[in-house]
Amino acid sequence: MAESKWVGQSLGRVGGEDRVTGRQKFAADLRIDNTLQVKFVTVDCARARIIAVHTEAAAAVEGVRCILTAADLPQPVPKCGPAYDDRPVIAVGETRFHGEPVVAVAAETEDAAERAASLVRIEYEELPPVLTVEAALDPASPLVQDHLKSNVLSEHHFGWGDVAAAHADCVIENDYTFPMVTHFAIEPHAFIAAPDPDGITIWSPIQHPYVLRRVVATALGWPVARVRIIAPDPGGGFGGKGWPKVEPLLAFLALRVGRPVRYVMSLEETFQAVRRASAKVHARTGFDATGRIVFQDLEANFLIGAYADIGPRVVSKASYSACGPYRAQNARVVSRALLSHTTPSTAFRGFGTPQASWAVESQLNEAADRLGLDRVEIRRRNVPDKDEEFIPNETGADGNWREALEKAAAAIAWETPLGPNQGRGISLGLKSSSTASASFALVRLHHDGSASVLSGTSDMGQGARTVFTQIVADELGIAPDRIVVVMGDTSVVPFDSSTSASRSTVFMGNAIIKACEHVRSQLAEIATELGTDPELPHETLLRAYYGSARGEVIGLGSARSAYVAGHPLGGKSAFWEMMAAAAEVEVDPETGMVDIRKLVLVSDIGKALNPMQVETQDEGSAVMGLGHTLMEHLILDDHGRIRNLGALDYRIPTIEDIPAQLHSFLIENGDGPGPSGAKGAGEGGLLSIAAAVGSAINQAVGVAIRDLPITPERIWQAIQKEQTHGRQ
Amino acid sequence: MKLTINGQEIARDVAQHHTLLEFLRDDIGLTGTKECCAEGECGACTVLLDGKAINSCLVLAAEADGSIVTTIEGLEKDGQLDPLQQAFIDKGAVQCGFCIPGMIMAAKYLLQENSNPTEAEIKQGLAGNLCRCAGYSRIIDAVREASGGRK
Repeated sequence: MAESKWVGQSLGRVGGEDRVTGRQKFAADLRIDNTLQVKFVTVDCARARIIAVHTEAAAAVEGVRCILTAADLPQPVPKCGPAYDDRPVIAVGETRFHGEPVVAVAAETEDAAERAASLVRIEYEELPPVLTVEAALDPASPLVQDHLKSNVLSEHHFGWGDVAAAHADCVIENDYTFPMVTHFAIEPHAFIAAPDPDGITIWSPIQHPYVLRRVVATALGWPVARVRIIAPDPGGGFGGKGWPKVEPLLAFLALRVGRPVRYVMSLEETFQAVRRASAKVHARTGFDATGRIVFQDLEANFLIGAYADIGPRVVSKASYSACGPYRAQNARVVSRALLSHTTPSTAFRGFGTPQASWAVESQLNEAADRLGLDRVEIRRRNVPDKDEEFIPNETGADGNWREALEKAAAAIAWETPLGPNQGRGISLGLKSSSTASASFALVRLHHDGSASVLSGTSDMGQGARTVFTQIVADELGIAPDRIVVVMGDTSVVPFDSSTSASRSTVFMGNAIIKACEHVRSQLAEIATELGTDPELPHETLLRAYYGSARGEVIGLGSARSAYVAGHPLGGKSAFWEMMAAAAEVEVDPETGMVDIRKLVLVSDIGKALNPMQVETQDEGSAVMGLGHTLMEHLILDDHGRIRNLGALDYRIPTIEDIPAQLHSFLIENGDGPGPSGAKGAGEGGLLSIAAAVGSAINQAVGVAIRDLPITPERIWQAIQKEQTHGRQ
Repeated sequence: MKLTINGQEIARDVAQHHTLLEFLRDDIGLTGTKECCAEGECGACTVLLDGKAINSCLVLAAEADGSIVTTIEGLEKDGQLDPLQQAFIDKGAVQCGFCIPGMIMAAKYLLQENSNPTEAEIKQGLAGNLCRCAGYSRIIDAVREASGGRK
């Protein structure tokens, strides 16, 4: 490649100006003439048998154009989903989670749609729901999906060696829980579906436009070519906007009324649409007397929702690498995706790894204490060397991970004395990246020497547009302000698997480099044909070649990670996303309040193509991690309704909750498979925040809390219990 | 009703139950002001109403009759970004950008009332504005930069 003038610089965000002026058009900002507004009608419990739907009063509201129920759809009602075709387009006969649409109303105005929706009367009989891991595992419980034999949708077994035969000097055994949390992107999920002469166009702030196209086409029974997806840049995704939800229903509705239909989810409806899987992890970890891990014996039960969504993949991928960035001589991991009458859980930054990491990292701390080892030292003894295979037949350690550990320890001043009620914790996190997947990119070098990049990646704040611009600027020697990155329209941009698993910089980045190489090779051919200097300015060369009629050069590039038949995940991890986190806290034992004095993050990222963007991703990721560590959890009542539904009762970190000091460090050894040796980044920041903070709290006030979030109430109760216990 | 929005006088009929936020976004097409929680908790819809930062989802449009409203669209002057807007870009405070219009309007009010806020005062001033992308610290840096302020 050409010299690196732009890659590695903190170029300002492409699209930044639009975002500070209000000019950026998010999905909810789009207006299309002749559009009907949509509201859904639901029942007031999770699980109910639908007896009858009465729509007469609603239909009489002025401006109502359609009231759609399951009976109005093709029979049997199509089922769809990204992995399993198990979710009916609209509830049929029975609802399976609170908030599942039973009726859709389309009207000329939002007011009319809302009024009509309030007048639809659904007669139903509430049925007992399955809401917990214990209930889902109980064979006596009702089935969430009645064609299955149990509520265990999938069960996964990974491991090596012989755990049962292994001898350990010290065994730590505990249960850990991780709560249901919701993504809480500030942008609402908003959609427009509009019939067109070719088929249908759907606007959705979707992270993976090509997955949405496939799912909608499947639901309609159409070829994918007839479905066009336009994905405006999402206003935050975090996995919640990854996989299709209500778009198939809106597609049917739009086709029925023959007009565009628009639906904007309220925040409350969004809580009912997307969440992270909660988990209960039983961990039994064996160590020798020197602190080396002899075995990891893990049983992880993830409570997914009523439908698969991408849940089983979350469970299998997270549990496959659940032992973390450590050598374990023997390992046995059993994990399950359990159906329940709750919101379908989906991808959420970290993709199941934070749930496992919380348990495995906390185990290490307890073992260190038991063995009289320092909590950094026990990690030092178990972290694999560079290139060491720590999971059999899998990509080895692709970084100097001990360097990350040492850097985090140094940055938090691990060895320095602490004041009363203060503590420090350290923790590592490891996430497998994209396995089998593919990205294609087109780079069009226009006649005036400017360029357009066509990419199916979604820029949801991670800054893909900026990084792709930097890559092309270097590869083709063009100023960034003469490069435009086009995204999101499946009728324009070529195929991309997904914007997930921190894969875009590596895969789409490599595809774009190849597309630029393709452009350069064509320019060289043109120069040869013309017998001119290939280093001429592009504009001059193209003018000489095409003449006054003008033309352009189009480069195509692709990158994929191979599908490996028989591999438990379909392919090896392209790289590892590895991070170290260290926290220093002070706890008020009278109230249980935690003050995060300092939080440091060290990410092993190969190469930062835009250091500021990587750091801000890590910082944001870490603060999101503080959410599930200290305050966030969805609470259900006995009817399966979320009790803390909405921003008033579900707290995410505010500007007043951030650590007094927050520092992000990057390790750049150029050892990744992406452009300039980059690895993916952006999820790492939150992988092991919970264990780092939990460990610090434990050191500060001596209590071990194994249930997240670690609320002041839980800390205070644990301290009281400890004191009572101490007095006896 | 009649009101002045970003220096322009506007006279319109408005539904009595519509909020100022709905009026801005749906009736006159100023979509720079964002809606998220619709209950005054997230700050995405922050605008200046007669010089004060308010959640426009909690104010009925009719209540703004005769008022002066400034939205994010009104900050640029003669094609020049407001120093706050520029600082948000320069300091890396913008990620997905959805919360940013409300965040900047809240910061605008803060700096108007206190031209040289401390970090604690910045946090207090922006405590009602949620961001899910950022670690917030770059937002604090941006406000401090725009205030021309002390470290």
